[in-house]
Amino acid sequence: MTLLTIFIIFVLFAVVIVQISRINEMAKAIKGEEEVSDRSMDRQGKLLFGFMVVFLVGTVWSAWAYRNVMLGYGPHEAASAHGGSLDSLFNATLAMTGIVFIITHIALFYFAWKYRRRSNARATHISHDNRLEVIWTIIPAFAMVGLVISSLMIWNDVMADVDPDEDYLEIEATGTQFQWFIRYPGPDQKLGTKNFRLIEGSNALGQDWSDLKNLDDFIAQEIWLPKGKKVRVRIAARDVLHSFYLPHFRVKMDAVPGLPTMFVFTPIKTTEEYREELSKYSEYQVPADPDDPDGPQKWEVFDYELACAELCGYGHYSMRKVVKIVEEPEYRAWLREQESFYVQSIRGTDADPYKDQLFDYELADRKAEFERDFGDALSAADDAARIVRLKYVNFETASANLTALSRYELDNAAEVLQGNPSVVVELGGHTDSAGDADANLDLSRRRANAVLTYLSGKGIDTNRLVARGYGDLNPIDDNGTEEGRANNRRTELKIISE
Amino acid sequence: MADVVEDVQAQEKLIEELGYDDHFHEHHKQDKYASGFISKYVFSQDHKIIAKQFLITGMIWAIIGSAMSVIFRMQLGFPEESLTWIKPLLGKWITVDANGMGTLNPEFYYALVTMHGTIIVFFVLTAGLSGTFSNLLIPLQLGSRDMASPFLNMLSYWFFFLASIIMFTSLFLNTGPFSGGWVAYPPLSALPEASSGSKAGMTLWTMSLVFFVVSVLLGGVNYITTVLNLRTKGMSMFRMPLSIWAFFITAIIALLSFPVLVSAFLMLILDRGLGTSFFLSEIFIGGQALDHVGGSPILYQHLFWFLGHPEVYIIILPAMGLVSEVLSVHSRKPIFGYTAMVLSMMAIAFLSFLVWAHHMFMSGVNPFISSIFVIFTLIIAVPSAVKVFNWIATVYKGNIRLVTPCLFAIGFVSMFISGGLTGIFLGSSAIDIQLHDTYFVVAHFHIVMGVAAFFGMFAGIYHWYPKMYGRFMNETLGKIHFWGTMIGAYVIFWPMHYLGMAGVPRRYYKFDTFQAFADFSDMNKFITIGAIIVFGVQLIFVINFFYSIWRGKKQTTKNPWGASTLEWTTPIRPGHGNWPGKIPSVHRWAYDYSKGEREVITQIEPIGEDEKLDSH
Repeated sequence: MTLLTIFIIFVLFAVVIVQISRINEMAKAIKGEEEVSDRSMDRQGKLLFGFMVVFLVGTVWSAWAYRNVMLGYGPHEAASAHGGSLDSLFNATLAMTGIVFIITHIALFYFAWKYRRRSNARATHISHDNRLEVIWTIIPAFAMVGLVISSLMIWNDVMADVDPDEDYLEIEATGTQFQWFIRYPGPDQKLGTKNFRLIEGSNALGQDWSDLKNLDDFIAQEIWLPKGKKVRVRIAARDVLHSFYLPHFRVKMDAVPGLPTMFVFTPIKTTEEYREELSKYSEYQVPADPDDPDGPQKWEVFDYELACAELCGYGHYSMRKVVKIVEEPEYRAWLREQESFYVQSIRGTDADPYKDQLFDYELADRKAEFERDFGDALSAADDAARIVRLKYVNFETASANLTALSRYELDNAAEVLQGNPSVVVELGGHTDSAGDADANLDLSRRRANAVLTYLSGKGIDTNRLVARGYGDLNPIDDNGTEEGRANNRRTELKIISE
Repeated sequence: MADVVEDVQAQEKLIEELGYDDHFHEHHKQDKYASGFISKYVFSQDHKIIAKQFLITGMIWAIIGSAMSVIFRMQLGFPEESLTWIKPLLGKWITVDANGMGTLNPEFYYALVTMHGTIIVFFVLTAGLSGTFSNLLIPLQLGSRDMASPFLNMLSYWFFFLASIIMFTSLFLNTGPFSGGWVAYPPLSALPEASSGSKAGMTLWTMSLVFFVVSVLLGGVNYITTVLNLRTKGMSMFRMPLSIWAFFITAIIALLSFPVLVSAFLMLILDRGLGTSFFLSEIFIGGQALDHVGGSPILYQHLFWFLGHPEVYIIILPAMGLVSEVLSVHSRKPIFGYTAMVLSMMAIAFLSFLVWAHHMFMSGVNPFISSIFVIFTLIIAVPSAVKVFNWIATVYKGNIRLVTPCLFAIGFVSMFISGGLTGIFLGSSAIDIQLHDTYFVVAHFHIVMGVAAFFGMFAGIYHWYPKMYGRFMNETLGKIHFWGTMIGAYVIFWPMHYLGMAGVPRRYYKFDTFQAFADFSDMNKFITIGAIIVFGVQLIFVINFFYSIWRGKKQTTKNPWGASTLEWTTPIRPGHGNWPGKIPSVHRWAYDYSKGEREVITQIEPIGEDEKLDSH
């Protein structure tokens, strides 16, 4: 229906247009071609001149009206060390081209008006002037050479890579349809290697876990950077082209699948400082949310942003990440909260190549944990609390064979028992309720014995050790859930006397 | 115009006495190449008919292409408005929710943006502009009967037609037309998994453009051969009008650069269909790692822009040629610095092959490579500036007939200055870090090669309309068209510079996802309203064009504008072969206006005894 209306409007429009044109033709026929022509030239000349005035005033006025987006001005000052030089170059170019723009426009339209046709006038035959040609070739040529030199000096400065012995922070940004993954190197300051063939649901970047440098890398939800520190961003893409674009920092570089790119920059203003700056301008002293006049003002909620600047598909416009620039101490605090992606999601799973070994820090942690638990149990008054659960002792399914990693916990137990020679303990085996009760009882006994055997092998007198199987009789959790059953399958160390 | 004294008989006598007799016989009824309706109007080998075919096909594409821009401008200017009303046209690409609110599908938004670019750049401003005027003017202004190979010329149009049909078909695909941007960067364009438009839409897109390149090459070979071999007696290269120089140089650029595009497309087709890895490496998409390893998406960009940058000169040079011609004729003055104009065009053409990587400063190429391209890019501003100064010097002390074609020529110069100057910002790699792929770029190229090229085309159409149809287009409507377009174009594109400076990226479906880009909704509304009005104004032109074919003011004199060039020595409606008897011979350059006592001396007049020569 609307389309039909539009069509009808168009037809009426066409009829009106044709009628206008015919009226004009008739006017010409009545008044005489010559007179109409002279009057028309006059009118067009004035219009051209008027257009020039309005246009030039308009350009200057609009530049004033939009001063807030002028590069290098107040609310649009660059937040990076190199940004200022780009802004100055922009403004120098603006000044130069602005002058040319105004002069050529005045000349063009002024001449068009001044030399509009009059039936009694004549044009002057001027075919060429080689001196003029030389002048207006050489002047732009010099101007361009000047621009080339200043541009290239800044360019080479901005695009330079870091010195190897320089202090800098390296992070990695990987674009995919349609989000960014930001990877930090973790405490070792080194990003681990990647391979696109290793990418899967739990490993979005294809980090190679056999590379130790990967194990402390973390993936951040926001980009946090300390003020004043040089940052080298490694830029990568997983599927199609993207572009790593930080408008406030004058940073932009394509992310190309198969070709790592990079950009080095130094943030010089914290998010807070940028907000302070914005708070001085009335355009930012308005509610951030127009529907909530009492809410925070626009400058208060300002954040730096990461965008994508290379068409990457239908979600191209939505690849946003918040960038926070903070002072060094705040950055350190934030770093401490971040957990390695490997530890969080990969450790101990099938994807973990180190599944059957413990790292030194894990050994130390577990030892401290066991000593603490044992100490607690020893000092407890209540009999029921004088039990230490051997959390990391596990058996192969339906068997009394200890898993490889269990020995670390048992070594801790042996060491503690040696340090407390008067303590006598009961080693209690427990199973879940799955399967036959007698078989479970038998299995729990064999498992308790296995632990006893291991400990005695470590030099603990068998008089101090009692092995006992409880089967599924003493559950500590719900046998109806997988998680509960896992908790019920356990080995306990109970202090009988000291 | 009445004040140009025209002595038809004297002219005909000159042709008869001094013309070259090529034993051409006019076949009034038995012309085997132009007798039946089909051979005369459809599969015509007459360059004048082929020019009109290019022009009208180009106009149809221009309407489609700009209508698309109106739709995606609606999305950008009024994202909250319902687009349900356009559902009958766009069908499933408008999603209507429970409240009747219709939204444009983002995938289709990108398809519209892509098609708009492809159509306007290739089908309108290459085929519609260069195809129309090279065909119309090369034989007429050189004094030849037709193109060197009329048959190839006909093929050139029909390959364009085939390309058009294929592209048009792709608009109706279930998976949508290609949506990866007119530059079609892989991997997005290479992988059907990456985007729905990269499925069948992309296949048809590449097919269409390969046929299009065939059309351009057939045309180009013809233009070059004709210019080199079929100039009439006395028409030395440096007596040719600047329009011919422009078409000639354009054809050379096209011949050298378009094949490179085809090679890029060929590799892209192989990557898409046969598992090669020219442009693909280390990609994980659609839940799996692809086998492609070792290719480089950057290679495609080099190949694409090796055409892509010369392409903008393929578009703008013919417009420059037309404008030079129109400005000179209507100023009643010689073009200022003819030799400088020719040399600057040659310089632009040469340099246009050395600047392509300025589109790639931020694409991951070595920054050192970029430095070299900065140098050439900024140097190309020099010949461009020379041309501008020469145009301004041409109107200086003229007696300027401010009729529609001349207004458009003046508008062209303004647009070329405004858009050219912003090119200096973008050509500087350091500034480009911030401005690359923002609206500043959109503003720049729309003004300098979009609007300016359209202005050149309009100047050409209004000026040579009598030559095409023996009638004039309506002046009043022409002036409404000019002023609406002139003001409207700046209203649309000037504000975009500010968007770009603020950092707003191009090719965004909407801006409210980012704080930094969300502040410009008023400006975007303003631009959209401007775009709708300018679109309406173009419809005035279309109506004027078709109405005038049958009802326009009749041309009564052979040389209504008082021009010196050969096309105005033909009959008002030239037949197949252009001149009924001998071909006129040429005795002077094309710009003897207001020389001595006479307002114009046509090229066919011998040099007078006491006449001072303008070194040509």
